[in-house]
Amino acid sequence: MTSLTLVRRISARPAIVFDLMTTAEGIACWWGPDDGPVLIAESDPRVGGRYRVRFRLLDGSEHESTGEFLEVRPPERVVMTWRWLGDEDEGGDSQVEIDLVAVDGGAATELTFTHARLASEATRASHEDGWSGALDKLERHVLRTGAAA
Amino acid sequence: MVNYSPSLDRTFAALTDPTRRAILARLETQESASVSDLAQPFAIKLPAVMKHLDVLDEAGLISRSKTGRTVTVRLRPEPMREAMDWLARYERFWSASLDRLTAQAEKREAALRGAQAKKDRDA
Repeated sequence: MTSLTLVRRISARPAIVFDLMTTAEGIACWWGPDDGPVLIAESDPRVGGRYRVRFRLLDGSEHESTGEFLEVRPPERVVMTWRWLGDEDEGGDSQVEIDLVAVDGGAATELTFTHARLASEATRASHEDGWSGALDKLERHVLRTGAAA
Repeated sequence: MVNYSPSLDRTFAALTDPTRRAILARLETQESASVSDLAQPFAIKLPAVMKHLDVLDEAGLISRSKTGRTVTVRLRPEPMREAMDWLARYERFWSASLDRLTAQAEKREAALRGAQAKKDRDA
């Protein structure tokens, strides 16, 4: 109950997906829940190395997450801790696990993305006003716009 | 700002146990049940079931009322919905991110194949 798993099939080889998920340049291309920009992307993808990503949402609010790489096995597996900046004071870190399996003779990738230990995130209070609050606003906006059309 | 986090944490903790999830699933299908009804399908003793019910009660997931010697248990769905909403926000966050990751990876793959095909032609 306390973890979230998403699966994607991607028409690209695992090495490309792995680089996008672990290098600073790659992360800057896709991270974040809406079309707002990634402002800072830093990554040192080796066991014990850290990453830091700061992004701005379309509502103008900025959010930052950081963590440590626990497992780095190119091009098939990455595990890292996850924490929102400003949440340092309580609870443990949650954990992001990414598994990449080559399919179609290596021409495509099955990505399994798990955000685990989310219960530890739930002990913290900042999300309602943070990115999740912004997502709610965005959704309400989309619903309103959709209803008007 | 709505600070629902401490109860959310308790909700998640309560939901991690399979026996407790089975009890909740049972209460979803029927409006109310007695404690002995709930205990019946499990190979555990009544006191153990009572302990699970205590955890669910503290997490706000059930309510108990006593009539004579019978304790009636009912589901209280609000905390569960709150926990599900919270998970759904994470799902939207990552789902949108992974959509862009997918598009970017496929663009790079196509570029790489294009370059390779050109090299093969030129060779």
